[in-house]
Amino acid sequence: MDHEALLLSRLQFAANISFHILFPTITVGLSWILLFFRTRFTLTGDQTWEYAYQFWVKIFALTFALGVVSGITMSFQFGTNWPGFMERAGNIAGPLLGYEVLTAFFMEASFLGVMLFGKDRVSNGLHLFACAVVAVGTCFSAFWILSLNSWMHTPAGYRIEDGVFYVANWWDVIFNPSFPVRFVHMINASLLTAAFLIAGISAWRVRGRVDGPATWLVLKTGVVMAAVLAPLQIFLGDLHGLNTLEHQPAKIAAMEAVWETERAAPFTLLGWPDESTGETRFAVRIPYAASLILTHDANGEVRGLNEFEGRHPPVAIVFWSFRVMVGMGVLMCLVAFWCAWELWRQGTLGKLPLTALSWMTFSGWIAVLAGWYVTEVGRQPWIIQGLLRADEVVASHPGGTVLGTLVAWLVLYVFLLVSYIGTLRYLSRKPARSLALLHEYGTAKPDAPAGAA
Amino acid sequence: MEHWLPFIFVCVMGIALLAYVILDGYDLGIGILLPFGNDEEKDRMIAAIGPFWDANETWIVLGIGILLIAFPKAYGLVLTSLYIPVTAMLMGLTLRGVAFDFRVKAGAEKKKRWDVLFFAGSLVAAMAQGWMLGDYITGLGNAGVNQLFSILIAMTMPALYVMLGGAWLLIKASGTLHDKAIRWCRLALLPMGLALLLVSIATPIVSDEIATRWFTLPNAIGLMPIPLACALCFAGMFYLLRQPHIVKSGYGWLVFGALVVICLMAAIGLAFSIFPWIVLGKLTIWEAAAASDSLLFTLIGTLVTLPMIIGYTIFVYRIFSGKAEALSYE
Ligand code: HDD
Ligand code: HEM
Ligand code: HEM
Repeated sequence: MDHEALLLSRLQFAANISFHILFPTITVGLSWILLFFRTRFTLTGDQTWEYAYQFWVKIFALTFALGVVSGITMSFQFGTNWPGFMERAGNIAGPLLGYEVLTAFFMEASFLGVMLFGKDRVSNGLHLFACAVVAVGTCFSAFWILSLNSWMHTPAGYRIEDGVFYVANWWDVIFNPSFPVRFVHMINASLLTAAFLIAGISAWRVRGRVDGPATWLVLKTGVVMAAVLAPLQIFLGDLHGLNTLEHQPAKIAAMEAVWETERAAPFTLLGWPDESTGETRFAVRIPYAASLILTHDANGEVRGLNEFEGRHPPVAIVFWSFRVMVGMGVLMCLVAFWCAWELWRQGTLGKLPLTALSWMTFSGWIAVLAGWYVTEVGRQPWIIQGLLRADEVVASHPGGTVLGTLVAWLVLYVFLLVSYIGTLRYLSRKPARSLALLHEYGTAKPDAPAGAA
Repeated sequence: MEHWLPFIFVCVMGIALLAYVILDGYDLGIGILLPFGNDEEKDRMIAAIGPFWDANETWIVLGIGILLIAFPKAYGLVLTSLYIPVTAMLMGLTLRGVAFDFRVKAGAEKKKRWDVLFFAGSLVAAMAQGWMLGDYITGLGNAGVNQLFSILIAMTMPALYVMLGGAWLLIKASGTLHDKAIRWCRLALLPMGLALLLVSIATPIVSDEIATRWFTLPNAIGLMPIPLACALCFAGMFYLLRQPHIVKSGYGWLVFGALVVICLMAAIGLAFSIFPWIVLGKLTIWEAAAASDSLLFTLIGTLVTLPMIIGYTIFVYRIFSGKAEALSYE
């Protein structure tokens, strides 16, 4: 096998999926927040909620568009770069992806049109319904794709004949052992990411003195969500880790840089795992903590990398990604508690917490990417845990071709990311209009100066 | 059942791809036409496709999805062979899909830039799709004639899409934009006709296999309705587009309808040329098919969801029926 092509195909796949996941992460969470805004408006008649909706639905539409186009790329990638994967596992992967298209994509895409452009054309009830369908659709989509992804980590319900996978039991395939925890951890990650996004941008607007009453409403919604979801995420993460310990012990050993199987294992807080010598340099350790976290027993046994000679993932990437995610999670939790506390005590936020929130605007993205790197790099060298290796299924394109497309994709992605963030800044800098203008706004022309969709 | 499942899926895939060509065809076409509108018309052209483009594009995900689900071997073979045009198409679709949203949000001074990207993305995607079709019909070979043929189709595909885009505007636009749309359709009609003719002539020349099918006797007669229907539709459009008052009095949809018939005929013709191959001369649909259990599992879902998808697609089109300028972006 051509090593260069394998590495390049991996990098290209990683670049594409990393770019893609940025946007679904926001749309999954934001769609529910928008539904909440619309529902509150419908129930209370308070225009402030409507205004919050109108500001955020624009950002939602933009994010959704980026999610759709990068997702379409993903569905071709399996064929262009990993043809062997579908030849071997197509009987399982195909239907799961198929159900995603049939039950989620069409639904989201069709009702998105109504949600974005239909407000003058349908009743409020129907519009609310469209918002709900979009929100549910994004979760269906996450359901199927995460089911497939989890199956690749913890395969179940299959049999193999001549190297080809066949389904033995669909229920076992779909609800494979790591799926439930991965699904809740991911959905909660999306909600948390969206919570920090709305709180962060609102804080930014307050600091730039372009805020209105709706800005504060959104800010509070974001902070309250974050204060509830961040601790929940840590709890779910712990469950997830225990599940991984059971099914992918090599991944856990790499995450914790445990080189030798031991009892009463210390937890390595920070350090530099060095695979060539099999030890962690500059390690800062907490005695007993690893055993305590992983086995919930200070003397429990933790399996080390020595048991997976030649079949374990690269340690440093997994170790560090895990620390970035967990560090972010803890930071999110602290900031959320602090802001919630201040809001509760004083009804408003001072300069310092506002600054902290605006710095945390994209914290969810960092944690999500880090989390996926733990998960995916931690599965190496397997593409299907224990059964199929990535180098067995890669397409044999000339290295130069893949390099060319990889560079082109990277250029495109950097450009789009810069444009996306630039546009968020641009939209956030616009002064909030007073509520009195809201009525006209509802029927404004697309290119009305005050800011079209 | 073993025997029928691949056949059913190849039909569903065909329908999905046909739906894609017609539906995304019109919004890609409008993308290609965009530079010819003035500023105010551009906004209205975009408004005419705003609520639909995303769902339109989903049909290609379904098409490629079914290739993946039902014919995993062909999926790998086709997509690795078409690596470059597929990448070009994806980049085109990416640019245009986002340009759409950015143009109204990124600030007035950047709007022109996004309009250019919207146009360029649409054109690249259309040409790349032509290129893919060309490569596919010639059995994914890369001999010189094949390449030439693919280039030919890549050049002509945009004409079909422009025609579809113009015809969509005949339904959705009014006033000066409507007048322009009639003119655009008139201009695109002949190139499109020529393109169809060229492709029809070239296909049997490039592929002996296809030639024998079309030009042996019982077939040749049975197939006559296809070219006849196309010719009839073409003549109909030719006439209509020269009678603006008829088009203006609400018969614009006739042009779109005629194009749909032409696409349908082309699809039937193509299916007849290729069947039972999924990759011409290399893999039949039965050789490439996935396991029956997996197909059956997907079939059940397809039978339940496809009617629902069609149902709410119609529902959404009805919500947004009528002329497009009143479309508010909220
Ligand atoms: C946690 C959720 C999640 C994950 C892990 C993925 N996606 Fe995704 N995807 C979504 C959640 C999502 C979504 C929320 O449903 C999107 C984002 C915006 C949108 O339009 O739908 C979407 C869009 C989207 C689309 C466009 C749908 C359309 O036309 O409307 C495709 C084809 C894919 N995705 C395919 C993939 C593939 C092949 C993935 C993995 C390799 C993948 N997605 C990972
Ligand atoms: C959405 C967030 C995801 C991210 C950020 C992500 C990230 C990555 C990364 C970084 C790799 C390369 C690992 C390496 O080669 O060292 C990879 C590989 C891969 N992932 Fe994911 N992934 C995600 C989701 C998924 C999903 C949902 C699927 C399938 C349903 C999937 C399937 C694959 C496949 C097929 C490979 C290539 C083979 C391999 O290198 O192991 N990934 N992913
Ligand atoms: C702070 C405590 C947290 C813990 C203990 C934790 C634990 C874990 C573990 C063990 C995994 C890897 C599972 C595996 O593949 O085997 C994981 C993955 C992941 N984490 Fe976390 N996590 C935490 C916080 C967060 C936060 C704050 C986010 C994002 C906002 C996040 C997002 C993700 C994502 C997207 C993945 C990859 C998908 C998956 O496998 O679920 N995590 N997490």
